[in-house]
Amino acid sequence: MTFRKYLVLAGITVFSTAGDSLLARGMKDLGGFSLHNLSGLLLAILNPWVAMGIFFLLTFFACYMSALSWADLTYVLPATSLAYVLVALIGHFRLHEVISPTRWVGIALIAAGVGFVAAGPSFTPAHECPNSRDASRDTVSVEAKS
Amino acid sequence: MRDTYAWAAIGLIVLASTTGDVLLSYSMKQVGDVGELWKRRGLLAVVGRVLSTPAFALGLMAMGVAFYSLLFGLSWGNLSLVVPASASLTFVANAVAARVFLHERVGGRRWIAALLVAGGVVLMAL
Repeated sequence: MTFRKYLVLAGITVFSTAGDSLLARGMKDLGGFSLHNLSGLLLAILNPWVAMGIFFLLTFFACYMSALSWADLTYVLPATSLAYVLVALIGHFRLHEVISPTRWVGIALIAAGVGFVAAGPSFTPAHECPNSRDASRDTVSVEAKS
Repeated sequence: MRDTYAWAAIGLIVLASTTGDVLLSYSMKQVGDVGELWKRRGLLAVVGRVLSTPAFALGLMAMGVAFYSLLFGLSWGNLSLVVPASASLTFVANAVAARVFLHERVGGRRWIAALLVAGGVVLMAL
């Protein structure tokens, strides 16, 4: 794992959080939608918040695809879950929302899960070595070198 | 009865988004490291290669199905049930699917992580 790859993983977390928050902000301006008002849904992208939100979500998707091209799905997914933590922390420190003890436990569990995965190998190629133990050791040593 | 519909929608969301994630991951593994490809052949080559992978289009379609199932689920069930239930079940389903279909080595470390994250997501939504 190079520094650049960690940046891509961070991008997944940050851009998905930014995209979702901007979309939510924009949709608040526009009010509720019903299934009878689908044209309104198309016009929603004219709202600058929604447009920015979509832009950030596209950036998130590019980062996500990039990460999947060199890391396991089960390695990348926990990184995406850090977005929940980021949203809660932004709400707490910027918007002064109160975080209940249950939610703090949830934050701790997610962070622990991400830590568990991040400490292991990022890529476990399936077909390179028939002996799985050796193969996983190889990936770990490649990790350590890069 | 609404509960049954809500859980049916949750099941559909989990199924569709797991299918989507597995297909997208599979397609990107076929494309290979996009950073390397970008350096050698340029951005257009990367985009062309990704878009011409059939699994990518199928994955996007599955993600679309998951998104609309979420919208339907939200119309039948509470936000506080549908979103955390589908998100946390998706984490566990993805670990199983990645092991079975992508042959990723999901060892103890990643099982624990999937369960921790799934539990954490539920607690965050309470």
